Amino acid sequence: MAMTLFEKLPILADAAKYDASCASSGGPKHKAKQGGLGSTTGAGICHSYTPDGRCVSLLKILLTNYCLYDCAYCINRRSSNVRRARFSVDEVVTLTTEFYKRNYIEGLFLSSGIIRSADYTMEQMMLVAKKLRREHGFAGYIHLKTIPEASPWLIEQAGLWADRLSINLELSRETSLRKLAPEKNAETIQFAMRQTGERIAEAKKEKRRFSPAGQSTQIIVGADDASDLDVLRSSSRMYEKYKLKRVYYSGFSPIPDASKALPVKAPPLVREHRLYQADWLLRYYEFSIEDLASASDDGMLDLGIDPKFAWALKHREAFPVDVNTAAREMLLRVPGLGKRAVDQIISSRRHHRLRAEDIRRLSPGFKRALPFLIAADHHSTALLDRLDLRSRIAPSQQLELF
Amino acid sequence: MVEIQLKSGADFEGFRQAVRSLLENGTTPENVAWGNSDARERFNVAPENSATRISLPADVVSLAKLVVCHTDPERYGLLYDLIWRVKHGERHLLDVACDPTVHRLERMRKAIARDIHKMHAFVRFQSTPSDDGERFVAWFEPQFFILHEASSFFVSRFPSFAWSILTPLGSLHWNRHQLTAGGPASKSDLKAPEDEFEKGWIEYYRSTFNPARLNTKLMRAEMPKRYWQNLPEASAMGDMIRAAARRVDDMLEAPPSISIKRSPERALLRSTGSPPLSLEALNEIITASDAFVPGGTRAVLGEGPLRPDLAFIGEQPGDQEDIQGRPFVGPAGAIFDRALAASGISRAECYITNAVKHFKYEQRGKRRIHQTPTHGEIKHYRWWLQEELKIVQPKLVVALGASAAFALAGRPVKVSESRGLTKFDTVPAVLTIHPSYILRLQDKAQAETEFAKFVADLNLARACLAEAA
Repeated sequence: MAMTLFEKLPILADAAKYDASCASSGGPKHKAKQGGLGSTTGAGICHSYTPDGRCVSLLKILLTNYCLYDCAYCINRRSSNVRRARFSVDEVVTLTTEFYKRNYIEGLFLSSGIIRSADYTMEQMMLVAKKLRREHGFAGYIHLKTIPEASPWLIEQAGLWADRLSINLELSRETSLRKLAPEKNAETIQFAMRQTGERIAEAKKEKRRFSPAGQSTQIIVGADDASDLDVLRSSSRMYEKYKLKRVYYSGFSPIPDASKALPVKAPPLVREHRLYQADWLLRYYEFSIEDLASASDDGMLDLGIDPKFAWALKHREAFPVDVNTAAREMLLRVPGLGKRAVDQIISSRRHHRLRAEDIRRLSPGFKRALPFLIAADHHSTALLDRLDLRSRIAPSQQLELF
Repeated sequence: MVEIQLKSGADFEGFRQAVRSLLENGTTPENVAWGNSDARERFNVAPENSATRISLPADVVSLAKLVVCHTDPERYGLLYDLIWRVKHGERHLLDVACDPTVHRLERMRKAIARDIHKMHAFVRFQSTPSDDGERFVAWFEPQFFILHEASSFFVSRFPSFAWSILTPLGSLHWNRHQLTAGGPASKSDLKAPEDEFEKGWIEYYRSTFNPARLNTKLMRAEMPKRYWQNLPEASAMGDMIRAAARRVDDMLEAPPSISIKRSPERALLRSTGSPPLSLEALNEIITASDAFVPGGTRAVLGEGPLRPDLAFIGEQPGDQEDIQGRPFVGPAGAIFDRALAASGISRAECYITNAVKHFKYEQRGKRRIHQTPTHGEIKHYRWWLQEELKIVQPKLVVALGASAAFALAGRPVKVSESRGLTKFDTVPAVLTIHPSYILRLQDKAQAETEFAKFVADLNLARACLAEAA
């Protein structure tokens, strides 16, 4: 007997949940035309949180979890014994609009197993997006997971309807990709990323709509022996080359019906968290890959403390930094000072000399920052030289902070 | 001491009137007592609009609009303190984020913004039958007086169906055209029949949860407990948390799976993107696809024999081409035909196509005005042109104009600089003008000259072919 829409939903939601990307942000503000449905707010909204602390923003589902590929880390690989299901284009459209109207979601994140052919599958996904836009005037967020093996003209079309396109790199090393995802090919993935990146840049310049929220990718962490620095190197390359909006790191998670090719144990979740922090430092704090390398041991980030603090401990000669005179890039290096606090320090110090008390009001990370700072009434060199600085300001429970 | 009584809730208008008259009278912040209640009349506040308007930096006004939504009884006093200082020598006070007053107001603003954001996130509509068919109704309990500030989001997101949001502080009703505010409501006012999509949503919530990453602390930080009572999915949380550890143990203990199927080699071979092998297959794809340019009612395909001596690449179909569905049949096509005849080339033996397959135009009255495709737009079509030429396999390509040259080369090429014999990748080619260029020339003598040059380029193409043969 054919499965109903609501019988398929749990299967195809379960199959999609290992994709870490959830953002509904990054695009320009946009709202429905008359008779239409939906809007994008620019910043995105998380409509709910599951007990894993993850945000539910988009209806994240697969069109189908049947798949011809046999990627070891994936629950939907052809050799897995999971239950299979397949949505029709109309079913996905109905679920999206009905969920959206009840304010459960910001939009749709659609991915798919490969059935029949890469082109056929990509076309079906593209048709969902097209139907939502054309027939329902849907102005909510649509994220399409692009199939890199599909013909290039299908990417061209997907970009017309989607807010964001993504192509998952999954494994940062080519050798791992060959071993764990035999049907995938690093070159094909890079080719599709380059094409997408070029088209997004051209459309932006020409003020046309093409994947306006950019493109993103995901790297699985802990399924192979790639080090943190290996992972970060490929991220930084992709940010540069393909102008990615985001790289998602997905700590490899045990899956039901796991393949023999996988490690039995998952990496600690905090590893994923440290990678995100390092990624942030690369993108917003003017850190280079070399900086991160010098903050890590054997290519691995310190699990006990955040990478900015790790860098500062190894470069004590760069501190203390004077909040009243230091350049922005030096303030950004101070552990405990976020980007926003730094901007507020800079705008405040134009009007008066800042004291320790002022910094306390501006930054929740004040306690950690203090040993690295000079303020009008505070000068700390004694603390900086102490060998136990780490244990004095990094409480042992920091490991739980993620 | 001046005593100001404002309405309960977020009384921005009352506050504004009071500030105007207080400033006009030079009343310092220490001499104002702010209170609010519904019961009493306002004292000492001049009648509305009588006081002169004052000018304030825009960020101060937007801060005030939000902060009045707070429940803190000191909010008006703090705001007046800020405004007084801004008007008395500290115009850029808001830049001094570490100032104690600014810092406190900023924390209030953040709390309000968060409450508005959470309302946008956590309102859950239920479909209810109503006079006009279906109405989506929600019950929500905000922390602050944010109903008005939060409303525009729902209007722009859900314009085309009727909805109501009921709260203990007031309600909002949208009828597809207009938003009206209603009085306070209670939870029992919402009576919705069972909704299969709500059940589906709870199932979805269960399924999208990964038990191996249980982290309820993080969940609580982002979705505080006080919102749970009005979230349908929260009913599933308890079970999910309790079962998580066992589910993970089961997964880890289960033996690795053994493939139940043999490797589907043939299906896999088929699955990787193989290019269309015939012109018919390619044309089918092009016809079924949407235009990448504004306008374009239909795809105008290339025409002519396979393996011809010459393939002509134009820019894009024009008005006539779009109507007739064939390339080079409009006014530029007529010049093209005349030039072919002059150089003794038979059109029927050539392959003729365009870089862009759709007519890009702008409607002006009854006329459709040709628009030059951008580089980005040409690139959308480039894959098809490349596949097309791979299948057609002409001996020589003639690029008509800069757009065609761009499509073939993948980078800008100036006709004036590279006109004549050239190469695109490894394909021998002749670059010349687009015949519409001659059409646009006002000067007859110049048009004649350019036509002769165009024919000369066609002759050059013929000569190259003869040489190669």
